[in-house]
Amino acid sequence: MAKYIVKRVLAAIATLFVLVTVVFFLVRLMPGEPFTNPKLTPEVAANMRSYYGFDKPLIEQYGTYINNLLHGNFGYSMKYTNKTVNSIIAETFPFSADLGIRALVMAISFGIVLGSLAALNRGKKLDFVCVIVAILGTSIPDFIMGCVLQYFFGIKWGLLPVAQYKGFSYTILPATALAFYTLASVSKLMRSSMLEVVQQDYIKTAKAKGLSKFRITWKHQLRNAIMPVITMLGPTVASVLTGTFVIESIFAIPGMGKYYVESVSNNDYAMILGMTVFYGFFLVFCNLIVDVAYGFVDPRVRIGKK
Amino acid sequence: MAERENILEIKNLSFSFKTYGGEVKAVRDVSYNLKKGEILGIVGESGCGKSVTAQCIMRLNPEPPGFFEGGEILFKGKDVLKMNKKELKELRSKDIGFIFQDPMTSLNPTMRVGKQIEEVFNGHKDISKAEIHEKALNIMKLVGISDVEKRFRQYPHELSGGMKQRIMIAMALVSEPSMIICDEPTTSLDVTIEAQILDLLLDLRSKLGTSIIMITHDLGVIAKLCDRVVVMYGGKVVETGTCDEIFYETSHPYTSGLMHSIAGLETDKDTALKPIAGTPPDLFAPPKGCPFAARCDYAMEVCQKNPPEQTQLTEEHMTACWLQHPYAPKVDLRMARKETV
Repeated sequence: MAKYIVKRVLAAIATLFVLVTVVFFLVRLMPGEPFTNPKLTPEVAANMRSYYGFDKPLIEQYGTYINNLLHGNFGYSMKYTNKTVNSIIAETFPFSADLGIRALVMAISFGIVLGSLAALNRGKKLDFVCVIVAILGTSIPDFIMGCVLQYFFGIKWGLLPVAQYKGFSYTILPATALAFYTLASVSKLMRSSMLEVVQQDYIKTAKAKGLSKFRITWKHQLRNAIMPVITMLGPTVASVLTGTFVIESIFAIPGMGKYYVESVSNNDYAMILGMTVFYGFFLVFCNLIVDVAYGFVDPRVRIGKK
Repeated sequence: MAERENILEIKNLSFSFKTYGGEVKAVRDVSYNLKKGEILGIVGESGCGKSVTAQCIMRLNPEPPGFFEGGEILFKGKDVLKMNKKELKELRSKDIGFIFQDPMTSLNPTMRVGKQIEEVFNGHKDISKAEIHEKALNIMKLVGISDVEKRFRQYPHELSGGMKQRIMIAMALVSEPSMIICDEPTTSLDVTIEAQILDLLLDLRSKLGTSIIMITHDLGVIAKLCDRVVVMYGGKVVETGTCDEIFYETSHPYTSGLMHSIAGLETDKDTALKPIAGTPPDLFAPPKGCPFAARCDYAMEVCQKNPPEQTQLTEEHMTACWLQHPYAPKVDLRMARKETV
């Protein structure tokens, strides 16, 4: 198991290195440059360029960047005066993370419960409800879902705050909007997985052992049915993360999304790189956790004997 | 043999499945019994109702879509069809063990095999954890697993096919049931393992006195293991008798057809085997008369119209065939068999 984890960690580091390198050079291929404000005189712009080291050869800049990165330094933003990328991330990430985690927890727990209940009540009303939720969830984009929720819960019925992020009641609508798609796909997957597992021979074996229906469902069916959901978690984290950009701007949440999107249109090299590397690190880390968790749930994945 | 009491009696059992295409009459008016300490073989080709009947004994068929159309299954005098949840749990976890066909898929891949054996005792209040563990280890030793402490902690994917089937057998035996049902236990194993498993079953019968129902379509397994044989076709019992009677006093054309379609040691390579022509009857609309009539070489007009009566030839030997009727032409199926041997 330890060997397996070390292997995965090394692969993760290599992935991040490739990501940094590719993004570093891609960003420089974009048309334009950071200092295009018409108010800047050519002299000032040239000054700025040399201040940020853009007059040096690209490969040297790359070396400097990697060196800084290894010290955990993402550099200064080229748009927001006197702000480091680190400080912006530190300021905004907690909001994004909070929203993302709430949405993920909601999507996974409700998705699994809903999918399982639907499978256990196959062909009955609850199953029907679950299928409808799954179809709606996978076909309505999250920004539309967000607006619909805002309109009904925020404006028409006045039950919950429409926007901003200042306390628990503020978190419900954006988290729901963000979770909905994932919830739907998790429940769909869980339902089909449960229905597949119930056909397996070992369920019949469990029945022949005289186990109660509850124990068969809990110990034999659920544990095996949950595998595909765990596999799906990695990509799910990615889709929830990208979903936060949109949801944050709809609900006026001061998260990272706004800075990420703006940095690209501003050609704010340090910011693009910093955000990308940070998100990349986060994603790779989540996938790593999923892989390790998978090993714990499914003994067949564990590599290397004790 | 006759004086031994019946542990299981199946009387006129009919079981069907409701499907979108109509009702599948999987088991029609089947009766047989199992005596104490006896090994009863059930043969027949795929889809003839052997497994469904056996699973009815423990009510393992999904209900719905399956349902009982009639009959009774008496286990030690008690009707399984009338049992409540608690009695059924007791029947499954204490009285009868079931060994499935495919050990590869019949074990839960995410649970240690030892735990799966111990699980049989789940909900039994009169036994301590230590005792359960002790019993599980003992039964694993009994079925020929070495290094039991290590095996106990392993997962199914870490074991070979034969080892998994031993685990399945251990699971069926751990509660010391008075009867086990083996549903083609060696079909998915290679022949050397098959021989070991069969020897193991014989050995267990002599050690524990367990009654065994052996479902198979391998006549070799029947010959090696069984005291009595039930031949099923199209959801019905067509012939029953002792092993010798079935093999040497064959009196039903279907049984004889089965014998002709396998190769013996004496069969030389130039002799063509004689398979039974045609396919089994459609159980959505089972034939009115004898289910085998459409494929039978000796079929008469009456066979198409009326189901054959059961004729008792000896105390144990019963056949359901119109050829036994006094007006029917005399056909010696025995002779037909000896020609090919």
